[in-house]
Amino acid sequence: MQFIQLVISGIAQGCIYGLIALGFVLIYKATETVSFAQGELMMLGAFFGLLVMGFWGYPFWVAVLASMGAMAATGYVIERAVINPILGQPAFSVVMLTIGIGYVLRGLVTMIPGIGTDTHVLAVPYKDQTFQWGGLMINAEQAVVVFVTALLCLALFLLFKYSKLGIAMQAMSQNQLAAYYMGIPVKRLNSLVWALAATVAAVAGLLLAPITFVHANMGFIGLKAFPAAVVGGFGSLPGAIVGGLVIGVVESLSGFYLPDGFKDTAAYIVVLLMLMVMPNGLFGQVTRKKV
Amino acid sequence: MRFIFKTHYNQDIQLAKHSGHVFWYGLLLLLLVLSPVLLDEYWLAQLTFVLIYGIVGLGLMLLAGFTGLFSIGHAAFLGVGAYTQAVCTQAGMSFVPALICATGLSAAVGVLVGLPALRIKGIYLGIATLSFGFIVEEVLARWESVTGGNAGIHLKAPNLWGHTVNSAEGFYFLCLVLAVISTLGVLNLLRSPTGRAFVAIRDSEISAQSMGIHLAYYKTLSFAVSAALAGLGGALYGHKMQFISPDQFSVLQSIDLLLMIVVGGLGSVHGAFLGALFLIVLPQLISLTKDSLPDAIALAPGLQSLVYGLVLIAFVLFEPMGLYGRWLKVRTYLQVFPFYRRGLFKRQKTFQKSERVR
Repeated sequence: MQFIQLVISGIAQGCIYGLIALGFVLIYKATETVSFAQGELMMLGAFFGLLVMGFWGYPFWVAVLASMGAMAATGYVIERAVINPILGQPAFSVVMLTIGIGYVLRGLVTMIPGIGTDTHVLAVPYKDQTFQWGGLMINAEQAVVVFVTALLCLALFLLFKYSKLGIAMQAMSQNQLAAYYMGIPVKRLNSLVWALAATVAAVAGLLLAPITFVHANMGFIGLKAFPAAVVGGFGSLPGAIVGGLVIGVVESLSGFYLPDGFKDTAAYIVVLLMLMVMPNGLFGQVTRKKV
Repeated sequence: MRFIFKTHYNQDIQLAKHSGHVFWYGLLLLLLVLSPVLLDEYWLAQLTFVLIYGIVGLGLMLLAGFTGLFSIGHAAFLGVGAYTQAVCTQAGMSFVPALICATGLSAAVGVLVGLPALRIKGIYLGIATLSFGFIVEEVLARWESVTGGNAGIHLKAPNLWGHTVNSAEGFYFLCLVLAVISTLGVLNLLRSPTGRAFVAIRDSEISAQSMGIHLAYYKTLSFAVSAALAGLGGALYGHKMQFISPDQFSVLQSIDLLLMIVVGGLGSVHGAFLGALFLIVLPQLISLTKDSLPDAIALAPGLQSLVYGLVLIAFVLFEPMGLYGRWLKVRTYLQVFPFYRRGLFKRQKTFQKSERVR
């Protein structure tokens, strides 16, 4: 029973990792660059939610929508302002750029007087509710995380499968130049992908907020989402979620059954093993260049 | 503008290309030797840190700037070096053998990390090294019988053949000698076939391979040399700080090191030292300007991180070759005056090369 309980909390935590990883993967698929700012975007999303709900007193669903909208705008603006000018430069430049963006966002939030340095509680309506199910204790927060993740995955799946926008994004991720020749506005789509990734990050932040707290350094959890993305294969959307779940469950189990210290490093040990055994992850695809 | 008239093949690989080099670098060395007289104690300590970070930066530059392998966990090697030095000197070894141990162990760990690097590249390598960095940090914190855990560990003053180097000046000269030796070593490595192989791997793995370069050997070698330099820097860092704890070698330190070489200028030996200078001087500049800023901004804890981020973004956007690139432009401007054109260093538009197809 304890085992199942651990697995459940691991799944809930894994969904968060998966959601952040989803942001990485969206950006990686579309622009083949890796965003180190995803954790900070998540933090910013949580702070937007806090601002609307905690300080202005609007109901929860308004806060969610407002936060998602604000983050979409933020993502779009960031891409326009700094990523777009150096598209096509070596991937490492963009990595450093996103590290810089992360620093700036964290610095800016910390600089808000009186708010930035404190930890806050996001008083979501479903806080501290638990329900029993055959001897298992399930937190409402964890249940909501799993449910929303599933919903978001479905929405993204539908977007990529059926909408014109999603198909254009897929085309762009396969070959930017060819997509450009086909009349796809590659640059504008890049901005939209960043907006989408930032929105997903906002959702992750709002889901994480009731479980931990809202504070300026909550973005560091993003560093744990990298293993999730790698385990799933960096270019695969379902892989991100599966990778997140794997990392979450392994972490939760190793925190209980293994000695101290393994909980924090479990994710990284898993990813190192994964890179040695299957460098392309569970769902990654390799295409070889034919000469 | 200077035109070098070559009369001998060896002139192509000489470290000092012409008398100007000899003069200016000689002057620099003279200033560095005289700086204990010229600078007060505080700035001498800062200069020592510049030299230490410069050594570490040389290592990372060799790996990232010249071999094209990016490590986001380089602080781990720094930590391995520092802790090995601490443990060895506490066991009664004198400075030089302990330093050799620290450098050697770091290099060995570097080889270990380099092995998976043979199969993976790009961002995967970054994440592998990032994970490695986290694991090393955790090991340093948990292996309490050796490392003292989170309580940290103290280092005594270095003991050179019976002489204890107690003074700040003495330690500065120790760092200076080691920094000069490692710089000359790296420069020599870069003009040798090994260094050419590194650069070839950076520019294109496939073409390097077809020219007969053994990728596995050279990549591992690059990791080993880079880690060894980081370990050397780490050992000096430990002696300078006199106290080390695991959180000094966290991922933030690794990112600082990356920031250092990017700001200094990727792919230039000068860049390592310019970056180190930048990394040490920037916090001082920030605290100097704090007095003239309004309290709301000056006292905010996020100011430093904000400035770091902005500087990083500005360099990547406007000066991808870093401080050294800026210096090159200034120098060219002076050399060809008045014929400098704006487009002389223009970045070419490129299409992104996909890493997925290989």
